[in-house]
Amino acid sequence: MPEITKLIHKYLRHDKKFPHVWCPGCGIGIMLGALIRAIDRIGYEKDEIVLVSGIGCSGRLPVYVDFNTLHTTHGRALTFATGIKLAKPNLKVIVIMGDGDAVAIGGNHFIHAARRNIDITTIILNNSIYGMTGGQNSPTTPYGMRSTTTTYSNIEQAFNISELAVTAGAAFVGRGTVYHARLLDSLMEKAFLKKGFSVVEVIAHCHTQYGRQNRLGTAVEMMEQQRDQAITVEKAAKMKPEELTGKIVIGVLVDKELPVYQDEYEKIQERAKAGMGQ
Amino acid sequence: MKKHNQREKRKSRQRELLLQGNEAVAEGALRAGCRFFAGYPITPATEISEVLSVRLPQVDGTFIQMEDEIASLGAIIGASLAGVKSMTATSGPGFSLMQENLGLAIIAEIPCVIVNVMRGGPSTGLPTFPAQGDVMQARWGTHGDHPIIVLSASTVRECYDMTIRAFNLSEKFRTPVILLIDEVVGHMREKMILDADEKIEIFNRIKPTMPPEWYIPYEDTPSGVPAMANFGEGYRYHVTGLTHDVRGFPTSRPDEIGPFISRLHRKISSHFAEIQIGEFFQTEDAEITIVAYGCVARSAKRAVIEAREKGLKVGLLKLSTLWPFMRSAVEKILQTSKVLLVPEMNMGQISREVKRVNRGTARVVTLNKVDGTIITPMEILDRIAEVS
Repeated sequence: MPEITKLIHKYLRHDKKFPHVWCPGCGIGIMLGALIRAIDRIGYEKDEIVLVSGIGCSGRLPVYVDFNTLHTTHGRALTFATGIKLAKPNLKVIVIMGDGDAVAIGGNHFIHAARRNIDITTIILNNSIYGMTGGQNSPTTPYGMRSTTTTYSNIEQAFNISELAVTAGAAFVGRGTVYHARLLDSLMEKAFLKKGFSVVEVIAHCHTQYGRQNRLGTAVEMMEQQRDQAITVEKAAKMKPEELTGKIVIGVLVDKELPVYQDEYEKIQERAKAGMGQ
Repeated sequence: MKKHNQREKRKSRQRELLLQGNEAVAEGALRAGCRFFAGYPITPATEISEVLSVRLPQVDGTFIQMEDEIASLGAIIGASLAGVKSMTATSGPGFSLMQENLGLAIIAEIPCVIVNVMRGGPSTGLPTFPAQGDVMQARWGTHGDHPIIVLSASTVRECYDMTIRAFNLSEKFRTPVILLIDEVVGHMREKMILDADEKIEIFNRIKPTMPPEWYIPYEDTPSGVPAMANFGEGYRYHVTGLTHDVRGFPTSRPDEIGPFISRLHRKISSHFAEIQIGEFFQTEDAEITIVAYGCVARSAKRAVIEAREKGLKVGLLKLSTLWPFMRSAVEKILQTSKVLLVPEMNMGQISREVKRVNRGTARVVTLNKVDGTIITPMEILDRIAEVS
């Protein structure tokens, strides 16, 4: 067994929950590998990691890993994560969401968690479709594309998740694709180490649903499309907005220092206790 | 002499307070050990949030105002899973939003307390007027077949006591507990004595004592309640809203689903005696017994006293536990009563249950009021005159 596989096995509940539910060729496995490698590199204890997810293909991820894991309701993962983090600030809380979770049903929770700058890392698997329910239109399905609920054509504009996170006030926002696995490793490591609300958007393919309905080819072909569409943040900065149409800007989009919710609340606690003593 | 008395008072740490029902809920929560509150402003429950936003940070607790009621319940479930006793408070519209995550707390067996200060509905309804329209929603609001514990309070002191009781029951049975009060009780001010030395039983969840590798998080036990490990204490396990096996992992095996759902019900149904409390007031010889709860129970008590003065044999069964329904208490009053009168500020929610328990031995009559005003003792007395 290669060293890298051994490392991943160290963190899996491999004797309990496999085989997994994902389709052969799915990008979630690459994302999970990046997550595990980043956790291992930083050296977190398994006990201090809490992995929280919502509903859908991405929602099934926590069940396979040997951390404190919580599979919540659709779109609400961040609300549970907020409670866990505030109750036990020493835990490292990581949220896994899909595009439906993050910006459709849970859009409100997402922007407010970013605005609060609560110390949680959110990893969003964006595959432009509702995969588990059979390929319906999601808020990140591009204009003009097909799904089982937009069989004629999608007439809505897609959300740009990372830009939404930047605007909502997240302290760290990075975007990668499952083709750029090494970049994902480093983005996740940076996000985990960031104090404050950090977001990593992972562009992935759903060849089973989105790819099939839009004739985009196999998993490998769709990953090649990710490679061809990707532009680094540095390159994109020198390009005109119209040149970026249809491109995926990858890298660190924002990394800034902001007051972190827990630190601010600790000050409130000190003030409240001092006031009580008077 | 006066000085001496004051010193005595301070010594016993007794405080006489003029408190609102909502404020008493907040005090009760603190006494029960609540150290996390997440909420969203809503009339007529907002005072609970306001008081706890001041009080919780004083005791190293946390208050957070969330973006909506869905998030509020999610946050308190998360905090409870991390080991901190947690509560939220709302009213009808917010309670509707909470039904989704309420189901998760039930299936994942995470203790938490939800206070619903009832106002008139449906929809935005009557934000500043009382009602008792959420009794059935509290029982059946979240989807799927599930057990639930719902308590009520009719005085400021009961708001305090029932909040503590709600925490104790939720910790003991690993279940969300709902406290239903109404706008009148929530906003009414009464004198209440808070005694810091008063012996009040506080129950904390049973934690696992075995080594982590032996821990089975959803194991069946004689009581039906498994020991609960808090996140971050060395017991890594999976918590899900999916139907799960004893280890917490999703399952679709009928031989695992059936026993799991049965255990969820059994852990409540085998402890009715502990969960159900009420008050029998002059029911021993009563021919007409009023069954009431919340602010209506106060009017009913007054009506009993006045009816007795007129020589009528009237009694009161006050329900403090609304769900699971107090079947045996109703059966007890059916032994003497010819008429059961159920006054409610809804179109008849608890009266349906009373009718269900009555097997034709008595007449069950209702008094329903849904105009945003309380049911007065006089109205109950008039109804007694009609039916006697």
